[in-house]
Amino acid sequence: TPVIQALWRPRREDYLRPGADTTAIMPAVSKGDGMRGLAVFISDIRNCKSKEAEIKRINKELANIRSKFKGDKALDGYSKKKYVCKLLFIFLLGHDIDFGHMEAVNLLSSNKYTEKQIGYLFISVLVNSNSELIRLINNAIKNDLASRNPTFMCLALHCIANVGSREMGEAFAADIPRILVAGDSMDSVKQSAALCLLRLYKASPDLVPMGEWTARVVHLLNDQHMGVVTAAVSLITCLCKKNPDDFKTCISLAVSRLSRIVSSASTDLQDYTYYFVPAPWLSVKLLRLLQCYPPPEDAAVKGRLVECLETVLNKAQEPPKSKKVQHSNAKNAILFETISLIIHYDSEPNLLVRACNQLGQFLQHRETNLRYLALESMCTLASSEFSHEAVKTHIDTVINALKTERDVSVRQRAADLLYAMCDRSNAKQIVSEMLRYLETADYAIREEIVLKVAILAEKYAVDYSWYVDTILNLIRIAGDYVSEEVWYRVLQIVTNRDDVQGYAAKTVFEALQAPACHENMVKVGGYILGEFGNLIAGDPRSSPPVQFSLLHSKFHLCSVATRALLLSTYIKFINLFPETKATIQGVLRAGSQLRNADVELQQRAVEYLTLSSVASTDVLATVLEEMPPFPERESSILAKLKRKKGPGAASALDDGRRDPSSNDINGGVEPTPSTVSTPSPSADLLGLRAAPPPAAPPASAGAGNLLVDVFDGPAAQPSLGPTPEEAFLRFVCKNNGVLFENQLLQIGVKSEFRQNLGRMYLFYGNKTSVQFQNFSPTVVHPGDLQTHILSAPPALRSQVDGGAQVQQVLNIECLRDFLTPPLLSVRFRYGGAPQALTLKLPVTINKFFQPTEMAAQDFFQRWKQLSLPQQEAQKIFKANHPMDAEVTKAKLLGFGSALLDNVDPNPENFVGAGIIQTKALQVGCLLRLEPNAQAQMYRLTLRTSKESVSRHLCELLAQQF
Amino acid sequence: MSLHGIRFILIQNRWYMQFDDDEKQKLIEEVHAVVTVRDAKHTNFVEFRNFKIIYRRYAGLYFCICVDVNDNNLAYLEAIHNFVEVLNEYFHNVCELDLVFNFYKVYTVVDEMFLAGEIRETSQTKVLKQLLMLQSLE
Repeated sequence: TPVIQALWRPRREDYLRPGADTTAIMPAVSKGDGMRGLAVFISDIRNCKSKEAEIKRINKELANIRSKFKGDKALDGYSKKKYVCKLLFIFLLGHDIDFGHMEAVNLLSSNKYTEKQIGYLFISVLVNSNSELIRLINNAIKNDLASRNPTFMCLALHCIANVGSREMGEAFAADIPRILVAGDSMDSVKQSAALCLLRLYKASPDLVPMGEWTARVVHLLNDQHMGVVTAAVSLITCLCKKNPDDFKTCISLAVSRLSRIVSSASTDLQDYTYYFVPAPWLSVKLLRLLQCYPPPEDAAVKGRLVECLETVLNKAQEPPKSKKVQHSNAKNAILFETISLIIHYDSEPNLLVRACNQLGQFLQHRETNLRYLALESMCTLASSEFSHEAVKTHIDTVINALKTERDVSVRQRAADLLYAMCDRSNAKQIVSEMLRYLETADYAIREEIVLKVAILAEKYAVDYSWYVDTILNLIRIAGDYVSEEVWYRVLQIVTNRDDVQGYAAKTVFEALQAPACHENMVKVGGYILGEFGNLIAGDPRSSPPVQFSLLHSKFHLCSVATRALLLSTYIKFINLFPETKATIQGVLRAGSQLRNADVELQQRAVEYLTLSSVASTDVLATVLEEMPPFPERESSILAKLKRKKGPGAASALDDGRRDPSSNDINGGVEPTPSTVSTPSPSADLLGLRAAPPPAAPPASAGAGNLLVDVFDGPAAQPSLGPTPEEAFLRFVCKNNGVLFENQLLQIGVKSEFRQNLGRMYLFYGNKTSVQFQNFSPTVVHPGDLQTHILSAPPALRSQVDGGAQVQQVLNIECLRDFLTPPLLSVRFRYGGAPQALTLKLPVTINKFFQPTEMAAQDFFQRWKQLSLPQQEAQKIFKANHPMDAEVTKAKLLGFGSALLDNVDPNPENFVGAGIIQTKALQVGCLLRLEPNAQAQMYRLTLRTSKESVSRHLCELLAQQF
Repeated sequence: MSLHGIRFILIQNRWYMQFDDDEKQKLIEEVHAVVTVRDAKHTNFVEFRNFKIIYRRYAGLYFCICVDVNDNNLAYLEAIHNFVEVLNEYFHNVCELDLVFNFYKVYTVVDEMFLAGEIRETSQTKVLKQLLMLQSLE
């Protein structure tokens, strides 16, 4: 939907540029209809040489108009129109206008079109909805709507459509459907009424009740007047998104209309033929309407539609009927929309491949627009299993586009497409091309390319040396654009993979020898050598002293954060290479370290120096031992890329492709579909933030916290079983099970709910043989949570022995309906390293369901009572699990509502009823689930007396099937 | 509202979403900034906030439509041209001055062809017939 249409004259200077026609001060005013005074005023303004002169002229005019309006003499209609029009012009120049509204309203009741038009124009541009004049304006509109004069009716309808305020909706939403479907309304009035209604529906859907008129609106698709159809399709497309059932009949009507257009000859449609293309805009709109629905169920309709789609694809191959760009644009507008529909259906392999071939031809077209659109459209084709391979055949063309396109937005699309078409077979080629492109890429897209390369390298790495090379290359080529997420990730992977550690140490050592290497390289190098430098110490070219002096040569040019990291590397060196101890102690002891103005550096120097002097070799070895493996987690890089792209654009990035053979190195890279955006989960990974260092002196701290918080924040992800979000969703329909599990800890849940009360038992199991210390689970209620947790758990002992399990009991009372579940935050120390994780507690509003049995007739009566649009929430979604009726029943019962048999006329459907019990109020809920086995889809409808509850229940339940 | 920048709106904008006046001014400036730096080798589409701008240049004048990201680019590109052809016919070889001096009539043309953010009528014949009829009214 277009939201703004802006037409403007960019700059005053352009008017006066050489060659501009400045002598023609005024165009000849045609006939007698012009307002001479207005033309004089406009040309005066245009002749002003400075802004000051312009303001002066305007102020003079404002004073003049004000005096006319205040004068004793009544103004005639013409003068009123002229002055109001001048005021409008002044407003459009960017000046405030604070009078004249009343005169404009007066013009509305004129019988002369030109006066009425200016009045309406002023109102639609200048009047805000809270104006006191609204009542008068609405009155005038009402009169015009009732006037039976189509010109006046259209003016009034356009005014409502342009203002679109709630007040106008309240006043007219009921009248407009009537005008729209009245048998005696003129075509132009129907057109305006349809779009007027669309605007009101978008602004305030609750004001436009569906009714008997909807069926008649659908039949406007058959109207003889193509303009009426053009307007009506837009309205139907908008309405059917929320009420797909009510408008279902539009599918076959749209298909037959489309079929008639597509098969007509280039001149059949006369007025509606544009450069030899029959009704391009209407075709596009019809194709978009069809994208609101799954493929037609009726075989005849579907056959006819497929025929249309094939015809469009065939026509694309025919020689053009005109060389004009207007011809090809109009033709291709239809083609691209056809391809969108084919992709939307994603069920016709033949059409998908043909679409792909067609787009392939456009990839080399001389029109930049077509190359751009083809790249964009192919991105979505790449994620269909039917066309993925066909898309891949264009890899060379796309790589070439990445290298040679002049328009950065086209290169961006090429990069997106390479990312979308990447799989194990072409990953090396794509990654190396992206790396090469990065050397010259525009700054605007570098960071995104870096993220894409990092993700692909990790996802498709077969050997880790290639992965390490790729990331180090990234840092070398675009160090500034390599975010923390990227280089933290390479450290995690190297730490977790002992087969790549030696290679990583060697490679990073070589990379550091470059005279100017990026600070991020120093960070990665410092960390890796501190951990694994011993693996290359046997080679005299990289002996411990050489490693140290190489790192230390970078030290002084680095930021505080990097220097802090290097100090940690140095103390690790003392443990790894006793022969470097004296040199390093010398460095730590230097005044520049011990008395460094930066408190972080000073503290590290002091502590490390003391540690290295007082601790025995054994203690040193324990404290500075190699880092334990990182727990697996979702790649924070992927999360970052999704954030950058925004929610709307995520589809091409979400790796929705089915790749069952996918065998990721870390298993953690697969996006978890519903992961809450993770705010830089590894932000504190290295403990290098400006925040003060851990207060405990290193000697008493355990092995871990010198460098790393092992896992922090909600992204901490178990390597076993589902992600926390998945686990949470599983609890929507059940009360007992495992909520979380990783290598250290398992959290089990048992819960029971009655009315608005609940009790939850949480079991914390220590899976290791080491005691957890300072173990503290707490429950917090973020956001709008209204659940009240009375929990006063018997104080948990702050230690959990290895292999032991402890239990916590929560008493829960639901005070009123809520959306956000409580959060469970668990903190403890394991081997000295602080551990923290935050999980959603599986308390959702449906836990407080009381099932309600009722007979069919009661059900329908209640269903009707809940017929306000906001009381209903509906979702149509693809089945994620096999569609088994018994499983579905069990889930619905687990959800908490009663299942009502013999209510829905269709035995395949499920209906349920229940009451949500909260302390403050009860919310009656009805639900209906309609499986469509053929399309592998469900439609779920919830009706409750509360809008937020309907929507929330619908969301929760829709994720269960 | 301030007069910053010597920007001067030629044809008043039609907004199909609620923005306050300052926001409108900002949008106009931003759109202007992203569109005018582009040349003929560029596409006629620019990503803009959460939307996209479809634009076409006629002499020194840019005609821009801001649409949702999944809207049909070429359909709107040609809708602009269709609109300009109607203006050209209506004003007999339209020039920028026609659009300035007759700004209030241009609104009528816009509303005939676009309404509520949708394409209302695409037939040039029908639109011109209607405009001539309105022209003949007093």
